[in-house]
Amino acid sequence: MADELILLDVHVSMFGMRVRVALAEKGIEYEYREENLANKSPLLLEMNPVHKKIPVLIHNGKPISESLIIVQYIDEVWTGKSPLLPSDPYQRAHARFWADFVDKKIFDAGRRIWTRKGEEQEAATKELIDALKLLEGELGEKAYFGGDKFGFVDMALITFYSWFYTYETCGNFSVEEHCPKLVAWAKRCMERESVSKSLADPKTVYEFVLMLKKKYGIE
Amino acid sequence: MAEELKLFRTWSSPYSLRVVHALKIKGLEYETILEDLQNKSAAVLEYNPTYKKVPVLVHNGKPICESLLILEYIDETWKQRPLLPQDPYQKAMARFWAKFGDDKVLPSIWTVFISQGKEQEEAIAPAAGNLKFLEEQLKGKKFFGGETIGYLDLAFGWMANLISILEEIVDLKLVDPEIFPLLSTWMNTFSDDPVIKECWPPRDKMVEKFKAMREPYLQRTA
Repeated sequence: MADELILLDVHVSMFGMRVRVALAEKGIEYEYREENLANKSPLLLEMNPVHKKIPVLIHNGKPISESLIIVQYIDEVWTGKSPLLPSDPYQRAHARFWADFVDKKIFDAGRRIWTRKGEEQEAATKELIDALKLLEGELGEKAYFGGDKFGFVDMALITFYSWFYTYETCGNFSVEEHCPKLVAWAKRCMERESVSKSLADPKTVYEFVLMLKKKYGIE
Repeated sequence: MAEELKLFRTWSSPYSLRVVHALKIKGLEYETILEDLQNKSAAVLEYNPTYKKVPVLVHNGKPICESLLILEYIDETWKQRPLLPQDPYQKAMARFWAKFGDDKVLPSIWTVFISQGKEQEEAIAPAAGNLKFLEEQLKGKKFFGGETIGYLDLAFGWMANLISILEEIVDLKLVDPEIFPLLSTWMNTFSDDPVIKECWPPRDKMVEKFKAMREPYLQRTA
């Protein structure tokens, strides 16, 4: 029986992009459906009643939510090609830890950079830079977070690269100035087709944020 | 080579308790190092420089942090008495609900616990809404893991331990057996399990501790 795969997503979502990258890495075909978060589809509300959020991967009618959980699911079902997580339990725990760190530290600070002003924005900018520096330290001299292979942590973080331009423009700072090695790593990841084809264009992300700011009266 | 397992934890933390239970279920021997969060040991700061928190499991000198990740590590390293389902979809569901527990259920219950008056009244509905999802997950099951205690039961174990303590302190029913019969039954069944019971922190100490934790919030609105 052919697998039926539907991805409910939003083009600019860094979380949705993670799933797109994972599916591309595995060479899996799926149907992409763009959601309008101001007018969520009945399918989204049915498939993710708990959070009503994207991304949701629907595999043969069964939904999986939360991007990192979806990526692990993909890795555990399609085992034949391109492992996304290491096979050693310690390395896996290590990868999960850093992906979880990205979830805890990057999104929220980033969001505050484009929704706040003044001191709050400055504090958020510092938080983001500190978190990125920590990640840069963890990367060290490796080509990827996983070592010489692109993997789970790379996937968790690279999708935020499409949002750097927005954070930098709103917060008036440069990521490259603070974390040159991290930016070099990001450019290396972008050379992979799975990444370059899955990430939204940074200008598109910025336009989207400007639209939201206008809509919600955020300065 | 003999395994060297160390667990850095506090006596009361629900997150630490998850790991204690997992190690017990797997029948693993380990050394416990009790930490004072006001005065953390150099070891914890070295093993968990990112968050400087416990629990930390150290296996043959290598640290693993974040309680839910530690559970997965334990399950993947020692194959006896599996904690997570084998099926990828069931595994994804277990991870989803565990995350929901930590991200939504616990904070919403905590909000009810630390607030007062109108604020507390308004906090009850969201907490109940979250609990309703858990109640649904227990339909037709003895444990979240099915017939035996599993990863998700350990993830929610803090409820079986803490809810009645919090209820006693605020004099409010957080998990009403009439509204959440399955959840209430599960909390008792889980607590009564011999493996779980052995590792329960002393109730009177817990009441004292959480009363003290609530104090600053009471002062704020006074």
